[in-house]
Amino acid sequence: MPVPVTPAGATSGAPAEYPPASPAGRGMFGAQGTGDVSGYGGLVRPRRPVEEAARPYGGYFDEVRDALEEAYPAFGDAIEKVVVDRGELTLHVRPERIAEVCQVMRDDLALHFELCSSVSGVDYLGADERRLHVVYQLTSMTYRRRVRLEAAVSAEQPHLPSVTAVYPTADWQEREAYDMFGIVFDGHPNLTRILMPDDWEGHPQRKDYPLGGVPVEYKGAEIPPPDRRRSYQ
Amino acid sequence: MTTSNYATERETTEGRVFTVTGGDWDTVVSGTDPINDERIVVNMGPQHPSTHGVLRLILELEGETVREARSVVGYLHTGIEKNLEYRNWVQGSTFVTRMDYLAPLFNETAYSLAVEKLLGITDEVTERATTIRVLMMELNRISSHLVWLATTGMELGAISIMLYGFREREYILDIFEMITGLRMNHAYVRPGGVAQDVPDAAIVKIREFLIMMPKKLKEYEDLLSGQPIWIERTKNVAVLDVTGCVALGVTGPVLRSAGLAWDLRKTMPYCGYETYEFDVPTHPDGDVWGRYQVRLAEIRESLKLVEQALDRLKPGPVMVADRKIAWPAQLAIGVDGMGNSLEHVAKIMGQSMESLIHHFKLVTEGFRVPPGQVYVGIESPRGELGVHAVSDGGTRPYRVHYREPSFVNLQALPAMAEGGLIADVIAGGASLDPVMGGCDR
Repeated sequence: MPVPVTPAGATSGAPAEYPPASPAGRGMFGAQGTGDVSGYGGLVRPRRPVEEAARPYGGYFDEVRDALEEAYPAFGDAIEKVVVDRGELTLHVRPERIAEVCQVMRDDLALHFELCSSVSGVDYLGADERRLHVVYQLTSMTYRRRVRLEAAVSAEQPHLPSVTAVYPTADWQEREAYDMFGIVFDGHPNLTRILMPDDWEGHPQRKDYPLGGVPVEYKGAEIPPPDRRRSYQ
Repeated sequence: MTTSNYATERETTEGRVFTVTGGDWDTVVSGTDPINDERIVVNMGPQHPSTHGVLRLILELEGETVREARSVVGYLHTGIEKNLEYRNWVQGSTFVTRMDYLAPLFNETAYSLAVEKLLGITDEVTERATTIRVLMMELNRISSHLVWLATTGMELGAISIMLYGFREREYILDIFEMITGLRMNHAYVRPGGVAQDVPDAAIVKIREFLIMMPKKLKEYEDLLSGQPIWIERTKNVAVLDVTGCVALGVTGPVLRSAGLAWDLRKTMPYCGYETYEFDVPTHPDGDVWGRYQVRLAEIRESLKLVEQALDRLKPGPVMVADRKIAWPAQLAIGVDGMGNSLEHVAKIMGQSMESLIHHFKLVTEGFRVPPGQVYVGIESPRGELGVHAVSDGGTRPYRVHYREPSFVNLQALPAMAEGGLIADVIAGGASLDPVMGGCDR
C-alpha cells in the first residue's frame, strides 16, 4: 500500500520556506514527489541567468558607460557587470566602491545624475552567495536618463558605504533598507530602524523571515494564513 | 545621628530646626546655560490634528522658535510590500492601491506599468485603456490636490475651505464609484489594461464636473488668495530652494514651486502624456504660497488633460488581447461592487468547460512573469512615484518596492522647519502633502 505523502506545497510553498531560485516555474501547487498526478509536476521552466550585456548597448547606455570609464579610473575594478534588460541599464558595482561611483555619477558633467530616486534592497536567498542586493535608481535631470546601480553583500558581512554624503536623500531610504534587510550602511549619520518599532527583532523583508498570520474561520472552514496556503510556485 | 553637609541643625522646643547657610548658589547659577536651559522638547503627534496624518514630530523649541526638528514615521506601516510577495501578480493591484490612499489610481498605474514592462507587453496595452488611465489619474490628481487644499486650510485655521475642498472631492469620488464600483482602493487599473470599461453615465458626469470645477476654483481663490491671514501664514514660510529639493530628493509640486519645471509627464513621458497639451506650472519663491499656487494651477492643467482624454476615448478593448494575461471575464459592477459579469458566470458554469478551466487557472494560479527587474516612475500628485519590481519567473512578485514621494519628501521637513516658528512647522509640513499610508506602506 503506498504511503501517503503530504505534498510539500500543501503546507508551505511560501518563498520564506522555498527559495524561489529553485522551485519557481516548477510544477503545480509547489508539489514535489508524488503529490501531483496531473503531469504538471515535471514541468520545469528554464531560468535565464543575468547576463553581461555586449557592446553596443544601444540608446544612451554606451555614452553613460564611456563617460563613467573616463571619469572614474577604477572603473574596471569597481564595476563587476553591466546588464541591459528591458531597456534599462544596470551597473553591478563592487559594494565597497558604491559611494565613490555615486560621487562620480553625480559630479561628472557628462553623467550628471543629480537625483537619487530610490534606494531599496532585494534578498536573493538561495540564488546568490551575496544574497542581499542594494539597488540605487539614479536619475539625471539634465540628460533625462536613468541608471540602476546594484551592489551585493552577504548576510554575514552586510556592510557597504553609505551614499548619504553624496545623496542626502538616501538617508531614510538606507534606514529602510537596514530596517527591512539588515544591510548596514557604514558612515550613515543615524542608522536606526524607521518603519518597524525600535525594539523589533529581525529584518522582515528577508526571504527567510516568515510573513506570519493566523488562520481565519470563514463559514465553518478554516482558512490558513497566506504563507501557509497551497500555492503555485 | 548623621550630620548634614547642607544645613546645621539644632533641637528646640518646637522640634528640630535646620539652618541653611552659605549655599554656593552662585556656582550653581553660573553653571546654567541661559539659552539651552530654556529649550524644551515637544512631542507633536502621532495623533495630532495638524500633523497631516499619524506623523510624529519631535521639536526642540526655544520659546516659539524651532531649533531642531525630527520626524518619526512608521506608525502606519502595514507591510504591503512583504504581503505582495505572497499573492499573485493580479492580486498585487488590490494591495498597492491601499498605500497612498489619496492617490490609489497612481499606485495601481505605476504597478501595472511595471508588470507590463516585465511582461514586455507595454506596447500591446490598448489605446482606450491608456486613455482611461490618463483620465482616471488626472481626476485623481484633482481630488488629491483638493484634499491637500482642504486639510492645509484646516490646519492653518481656514475651516470653510476644508468643507468646500472635501465637497468637490466627493464629486470626483462619485465619478470613481460609477466607473470602478468603489470610492477609494479601486484595484481598477490592472496589469494589461483596466478592469472594465467606463460607463456612458460617467462620461456625462465628468463633463458636468469639467463645467463646474473652474467656477469652484475661482471660489477657492476668492476665499484664500487675498486673505491677509492666509498670506501671512504662507508667504516666505518653509522655504526650500531647488538645490535643497534635489539634494533631499523632493519632487512634485514642492520642487516645481521652487522653480524647476520637473514633471515626469513631460520629462520622461509614459501613458502617452507627450501627446497631450498641458503646461507645467512653476513658482519662483519655493515657499508655502508657491506650493499653493502651483497646486491650484495643476488642478487647472489636469482639467485640460481630462477634457482631452474624454475627447480621445474611442470605442475599443480595455484589456490586452492575450487571454493568458487578461482576466477572462468581462467584469461588471453589481450591487456589492465589482465582480464577474452574470454572462461570464453563465458561460463558465453552464456552457463551456474549457472557459471554466481557463477561468480557474487564471484566477487561482495567475500568469507567470519572466525573470528580471524594472523601475517605473510616474508623476503622482506628490512627486515621483517609483516602482521597482523584481520577478523570479513565478506567479508572484519576488520583490516590489515603492519609491513613495511622501516618504522621501518628509525628509525635507527639518530643513524647512528649523529656525522658524512652531506655527510654521504645521504650514511647512502640510505643504509637503505627506500621506502617511503611502509613506509607511
